[in-house]
Amino acid sequence: MTTTTAPPSAPGAHAATREPVLRVEDVQLRFGQVTAIDGVSFDVLPDELFAVIGPNGAGKTSIFNVISGVYRPQQGSVTLDGKRLDGARPAAIARRGVARTFQNIELFANLTVIDNLMLGRHQHIHYGTLSALAWIGRARRQELVHRRAVEEIVDFLDLAAWRAMPVGLLPYGVQKRVELGRALAMEPRLLLLDEPVAGMNLEETEDMARYISDIRGELGVSMIMVEHDMALVMDLADRVMVLDFGVPVTTGTPAQVQRDPRVVAAYLGGELDAAGDPTDATAAGAEQVRP
Amino acid sequence: MTMVSPQKGSQQPSDRGAARPTAPRSRRVWGRPDLYTSYRQDMAMLNTRPKQLGVLAIVVVAAILPFVTSDDLLKILGTGLVLSIGAIGLNLLVGYAGQVSLGHAFFVGVGAYAASAIAGDPEGRYIGFGVDIVPVWILGGGIAAAVAGAIVAPIATRLRGLYLAIVTLGLVVIGGYIFTEWRDLSGGAQVGREAPQPVILGSDLTVDGAFTQEQKLYWLFLVVLVITAVLARNVARSRVGRALAAVRDRDVAAGVMGVELGRYKLIAFVLSSFFAGVCGSLLFVANGVFGPERFTLLLSVQFIAMVLIGGVATVSGSIMGAMLIALLPRISAELPSFLPFITSAANEHPNIFEVEIALYGALIVIFLLFEPRGLFGIWVRIRTYWKSFPFSY
Repeated sequence: MTTTTAPPSAPGAHAATREPVLRVEDVQLRFGQVTAIDGVSFDVLPDELFAVIGPNGAGKTSIFNVISGVYRPQQGSVTLDGKRLDGARPAAIARRGVARTFQNIELFANLTVIDNLMLGRHQHIHYGTLSALAWIGRARRQELVHRRAVEEIVDFLDLAAWRAMPVGLLPYGVQKRVELGRALAMEPRLLLLDEPVAGMNLEETEDMARYISDIRGELGVSMIMVEHDMALVMDLADRVMVLDFGVPVTTGTPAQVQRDPRVVAAYLGGELDAAGDPTDATAAGAEQVRP
Repeated sequence: MTMVSPQKGSQQPSDRGAARPTAPRSRRVWGRPDLYTSYRQDMAMLNTRPKQLGVLAIVVVAAILPFVTSDDLLKILGTGLVLSIGAIGLNLLVGYAGQVSLGHAFFVGVGAYAASAIAGDPEGRYIGFGVDIVPVWILGGGIAAAVAGAIVAPIATRLRGLYLAIVTLGLVVIGGYIFTEWRDLSGGAQVGREAPQPVILGSDLTVDGAFTQEQKLYWLFLVVLVITAVLARNVARSRVGRALAAVRDRDVAAGVMGVELGRYKLIAFVLSSFFAGVCGSLLFVANGVFGPERFTLLLSVQFIAMVLIGGVATVSGSIMGAMLIALLPRISAELPSFLPFITSAANEHPNIFEVEIALYGALIVIFLLFEPRGLFGIWVRIRTYWKSFPFSY
């Protein structure tokens, strides 16, 4: 229902006319002698679901870490709504409207579901320590207002049954959902989903897919998704970027990417290794990426 | 007021309109807990009826205890109340924010000397400003310690775990040196200076009147403890408390959520030091005199023991732990009558003083091994057992 009310075809149709939400330009990230990502550039448009795929160790999560400020790239730039993002601290980037989930769940295990979601709203709650000590007036009012916002997310993600439980005790699939909720509670401009359905069974995957398309339809958040579940990526994503050894192989619609022989080579290590040398692939990828 | 509960609304005359005619509040069903009808109720500090009644009962019993207890036991209990304030402070730092600190004794010392100086006799031998009004020097001690905490925090927030523990250990050593050598303030080693005079509304609490000194001081300590406990619980359930827990559990994720790590570690240090300072300002009032040798590593370890034995990241656990540690000398003094091989003579072994020291260690080890949630954890077990009685789960 939600996918029909939202304009899923819009990102492709009006892509050329709209300003991108996020622009990543020629980012390079090295750890000592190891180059984790090299020359990665892409744009994410408003309401777009942009997927990043690639074999293990391709640098997908590193891109997320660069965008959210956990790592600082040696080269290149990241801009959100036209303003530089790279170099800022994670908390400052979060305030600019970038939220993320983690591949290995990074929830606050001793806190309840509600408290985890309230932490997502941390930057929207405004009162100081002295007000917190007294818990009258402003502090109490703000807590009530934001508690209501959090309960809406609880409803949205069907978390009501677990809301008062410490998240450490919850099943894996539910924890993944709580983490998504925590990111949503930040009211992000851009949402980074790091393997949202990793390790999930079919039912849980379908649930998560529905939540992701609901988020697009109802909240209109731009998303970047890293995922190994190709069926999910091909069904949900507007555009897909393929990475291999930190280098972009190609970017395009799911259909284009699936047909690209270089993608097959990256995943299966096929015969193209001999024919298309890596430099060729790099050049082609960069050319594809440039807007 | 977006979520006024039906009950809350019905209590306000203005809301009592057509929407809610005369339907009386439904009678409570016996044996079934009250349901929450508003987020306000859910978020309340004491959010169930048993908690409200239980805490009320404890406070009432604590308040009438001086009428039925001997003065020397009252003095020990009073010390326990004051130590509870410090333990709550340390628990904010160690339990809630996850920053291990061995430097608590230093901040307690800063509070003690600041309060003594504020209340001290200006004509006396040591630094004194002669303001002996109780709230003034309590706050003064707290604020002085908080300032010390704020000075130390920027260094400490760059470290974590064992490294932080070592740095804060250094703080105790440096503090011990300053307290000993600054004789105008502290009176120097083995001499000491007078503790602040507790004067409320012109009457000195250390003078026996209708009530004895011990009774009056006990009530003072109880009032201050209740206030600090409420403040600490408020912080714990607020935005600040959640941020502290986030820093403790997952610092990378906390940063990505928009929690400024350094800022919240600083807040934890300042709050913890403030409570330590309040504790220090009151700690020696009953004794009257204290020397710089009180603020050693042993005091820090005692506070750590209170937190671990009482229950990490709980306010009520801090109080339980502090009371147990305060009563420990008394408990070990009673031991010879149960265990004849322990003597109360200092020149024989094993004597009660040795047993007392050993008990600290033994209690910490036992609790860490068998009940890491401390006395509070034991209480939770009892509560859950009786909740589902007679079924085991």
